[in-house]
Amino acid sequence: MTTVAAKPATMAQALTRAMRDAMAADPSVHVMGEDVGTLGGVFRVTDGLAKEFGEDRCTDTPLAEAGILGTAVGMAMYGLRPVVEMQFDAFAYPAFEQLLSHVAKMRNRTRGKMPLPLTIRVPYGGGIGGVEHHSDSSEAYYMATPGLHVVTPATVADAYGLLRAAIASDDPVVFLEPKRLYWSKDAWNPEEPTAVEPIGRAVVRRSGRSATLITYGPSVPVCMEAAEAARAEGWDLEVVDLRSLVPFDDETVCASVRRTGRAVVVHESGGFGGPGGEIAARVTERCFHHLEAPVLRVAGFDLPYPPPMLERHHLPGVDRILDAVGRLQWEAES
Amino acid sequence: MTVMEQRGAYRPTPPPAWQPRTDPAPLLPDAEPYRVLGTEAAAKADPELLRRLYAELVKGRRYNAQATALTKQGRLAVYPSSTGQEACEVAAALVLEERDWLFPSYRDTLAVVARGVDPVEALTLLRGDWHTGYDPYEHRVAPLSTPLATQLPHAVGLAHAARLKGDDVVALAMVGDGGTSEGDFHEALNFAAVWQAPVVFLVQNNGFAISVPLAKQTAAPSLAHKAVGYGMPGRLVDGNDAAAVHEVLSDAVRHARAGGGPTLVEAITYRVEAHTNADDATRYRGDSEVETWKQHDPIALLERELTARGLLDDAGVETVRQDAETMAADLRARMNQDPALDPMDLFAHVYAEPTPQLLEQREQLRAELAAEADQEGAQR
Repeated sequence: MTTVAAKPATMAQALTRAMRDAMAADPSVHVMGEDVGTLGGVFRVTDGLAKEFGEDRCTDTPLAEAGILGTAVGMAMYGLRPVVEMQFDAFAYPAFEQLLSHVAKMRNRTRGKMPLPLTIRVPYGGGIGGVEHHSDSSEAYYMATPGLHVVTPATVADAYGLLRAAIASDDPVVFLEPKRLYWSKDAWNPEEPTAVEPIGRAVVRRSGRSATLITYGPSVPVCMEAAEAARAEGWDLEVVDLRSLVPFDDETVCASVRRTGRAVVVHESGGFGGPGGEIAARVTERCFHHLEAPVLRVAGFDLPYPPPMLERHHLPGVDRILDAVGRLQWEAES
Repeated sequence: MTVMEQRGAYRPTPPPAWQPRTDPAPLLPDAEPYRVLGTEAAAKADPELLRRLYAELVKGRRYNAQATALTKQGRLAVYPSSTGQEACEVAAALVLEERDWLFPSYRDTLAVVARGVDPVEALTLLRGDWHTGYDPYEHRVAPLSTPLATQLPHAVGLAHAARLKGDDVVALAMVGDGGTSEGDFHEALNFAAVWQAPVVFLVQNNGFAISVPLAKQTAAPSLAHKAVGYGMPGRLVDGNDAAAVHEVLSDAVRHARAGGGPTLVEAITYRVEAHTNADDATRYRGDSEVETWKQHDPIALLERELTARGLLDDAGVETVRQDAETMAADLRARMNQDPALDPMDLFAHVYAEPTPQLLEQREQLRAELAAEADQEGAQR
């Protein structure tokens, strides 16, 4: 058996490969959305799929997100496995009624008779200089909707593994793709794609003893950078990449916090009513006697996403993360 | 050739050569709603079909009356009656083949039952012991849809998927006049036309969206005219004329099955009862209007035709009435039994596998139920 050496590949390429492999393995997998066919998607994530599998398998739809998701529901009812692309985070909002009232509920409404194996890919988050309506962190809306799985990769290998798992899932999965990581590269062997990653498992990206940074998606590389920078301050930070917001991996998160005794939740989404509040509450409820300090949150401000020339002030960066780490009541240690 | 390709490849058109992409004239609805009963066309109508329609209409009206009575007895949480609209309800179910699919809105319980769904299972939603009480795959009936018009894109997607698989399946989707104002109505019709999906859209224009009359809903010449904008034919039919509705819908189903694409049918009818048992229709319409429509009653129209043609006599009427009474008695008896409830079911179908969080919550509820049972035991 020949092994091909791992070489740099982008997250976008891994996502494309995941869809291609899923389509080749299962004729019921259909990709659909705006510009996904001839153009290959505005981020080129569906590049080549229409050419390889035909327009009936990778379909340019009319420009109507509720219609895209609504028809995908009907296709799933008939045994297909649609993979829907919402072009940008904020463009997915017209589809919310279909998502909340049908996609998330159909299995429940029908006592399991009519599950909907649907994947909804949503490029999300900022940091790419997008003008308004192109940079929202919309994950809290999806997390607050029972019946949906919510998944977001932070590495090239996870992009492949989690998307394969999402497409294979018999439940609807909102697959959030961090836009600013599309072109991030990892050594990844496209000839031997990574195993499918189970949905619902977080992973420790970096081990440390001083405190845990709990994060996901676009904030993972920022937290990794912060953890490196923290060494100069004498802190050895652990970084947990959640990967799956629903189901939430309490086990991995709490095991880490019990080891370190301190935690900061980091995400781009606004703090008020954001995912960090839920995560901090869960950690506090489960790890209270292990905590040396309150669980802190580092989030985007509670603003409509800022214009591109100001977005760097909004996005949680290394300094804001380290400031929070500094407020974890280290006085008690000395 | 793929389904997508057959709509024609993209060709840039030089500005001076503009012309309509399709001729709108054949898509336009007729000036008057199509009628059969009481016209010359009635002579051609199949006697067996007319008798069948009559029996189903009578049964349907009795079902509505029984269901409304069950709300008063506390056996149903609510019931949106389709009395006065039975012709549309019954015809929608009867024009479909077994392999076809029906996509009902919340007022279409009669169509669901006429399609073969168990009359009690069809009422589960309104009794409140679960949401959808029937297996949608058993009779190919989608769940009764409460969010207006949201079921229409499902019908389009399902019909499109069937066509992609090479299956000879048509989807018939039902919506009311109010529902045509929803965005999903627009998007569903547009997708259906672009994909040439085998779908029939039946709009029952019953005059009111709860209390709001059609004049406040649309400025379109008719709801059927909306079809033209999507590039599909619009058909206007007297929704209280069961033979006419059956014929128009049958034509549309045949057209869809043959690959001709979708049709929009507007059936002009009237909601004789209030929106639901909880509504007070006297706040927004007068009795004289209701009385006028009762003169154009779907059952009376059909009965007149059948009697005039010697297809129905007093004994025949009595037999149909008796059958309807038997159905109602059976429904009453079954609905008077308390449904079996298992609170643990709450967690069974949220996901294929419950999340760890749901498993914890399930145990919490189990403990609460055990404590409740203990307390009740102690009190006895």
